[in-house]
Amino acid sequence: MLRKLLFLSVMMLAAVRPALAADLADPKAEFKAFRDYFTSRFPKVPLDDFVNGPYSMDEGLRKQWQEIEEFPPYEFAVDKGKEMFAKPFANGKTYADCFPNGGIGIRQNYPYFDTKSGQVITLELALNQCREQNGEKPFSYTKDDMAALTAYMAFTSRGKRFDIKIPDDPRALAAYRKGEEYFYTRRGQLNFSCASCHVQSAGNHIRTEVLAPALGIMAAMPIYRSEWSGMGTTSRRFTSCNSQVRATPLPPQDELYRDVEYFLTYMGNGLPVSGPGARP
Amino acid sequence: MISTSAGIAIVALLALATAVSAAPSAGEKLAFDRGKGNCLTCHEIKGGDSPGNLGPPLADMKARFPNRADLVAIISDETKRNPRTVMPPFARNHILTDREIDAIVDFLYTR
Repeated sequence: MLRKLLFLSVMMLAAVRPALAADLADPKAEFKAFRDYFTSRFPKVPLDDFVNGPYSMDEGLRKQWQEIEEFPPYEFAVDKGKEMFAKPFANGKTYADCFPNGGIGIRQNYPYFDTKSGQVITLELALNQCREQNGEKPFSYTKDDMAALTAYMAFTSRGKRFDIKIPDDPRALAAYRKGEEYFYTRRGQLNFSCASCHVQSAGNHIRTEVLAPALGIMAAMPIYRSEWSGMGTTSRRFTSCNSQVRATPLPPQDELYRDVEYFLTYMGNGLPVSGPGARP
Repeated sequence: MISTSAGIAIVALLALATAVSAAPSAGEKLAFDRGKGNCLTCHEIKGGDSPGNLGPPLADMKARFPNRADLVAIISDETKRNPRTVMPPFARNHILTDREIDAIVDFLYTR
């Protein structure tokens, strides 16, 4: 019975996954299949435009996006983040001391797999690690200060192309696989996987909202969402997606969420950083 | 005099009948309720605002589903027929009771 169930779920996984034949192709082949699925489904959307999510889907939406960019609602967060970033901790050090290139223009390299600690390090996690290493309290992951800091760091990286690597370490591939499995697994009372909406139904409307394609979906993080009347981080996006399908969200920056971010950002390799973004 | 009062009575009855038919049925309320059927999130239904388009429009339902059990089965758990569907299994996951599904089917047959 268990084996049968397992087989069935693998079959269902294969059915929604854009990859063609073998269930476990190598990440490079999966990357290509993932990208090809979206580019052939939306042939009129230029590849780099996928980073604008729902606003990439047609001319009318694209126009809306251009109008938003004239008075971007995330601007306050960028300004606040810039100030926070420059302000020294009590010990005199700053965020810049924790990151390569002083933290400027590095968003495209996150998340990365850290072969020392054997886990995925996201930008949010790295920021809180930086704070704690310098004797400061960690921030809440979902909004406010964390959104401001990541907004600023994304802003300094705009246009740089995502370059997520899977190092030659079985733990890195395992993290990618766990993230991938989570992404394609249905959950919650409403029985949706991440892919149900953002792969299978990308570009369709739920009520008046357009579902963002999963290709490049991480590039705009963090985002100002009108629905939230404020900024939200990747953590906020993941937890709110889980709640919307009536699943129990994981704790923000749970290892599994970081694995999902790793998988999903890898799928968007080569696309430019567009964050911070604005979404309905 | 008699005919006048009879006329008033008929007008009153007509008004009542109109009022009754204009009030949404239990099935319509359940279908449109975001916490219940929430059908409009994915389907266009005549009389409902801002529908989504993940699923097909729900129209001509009697012609399309002459067998009531087919429609009940789709709402109850469409993954049985189509494992790829994104439609929530409303009965299996206890989103709606059988009675609520029945009421929604009654409503859908008016569309």
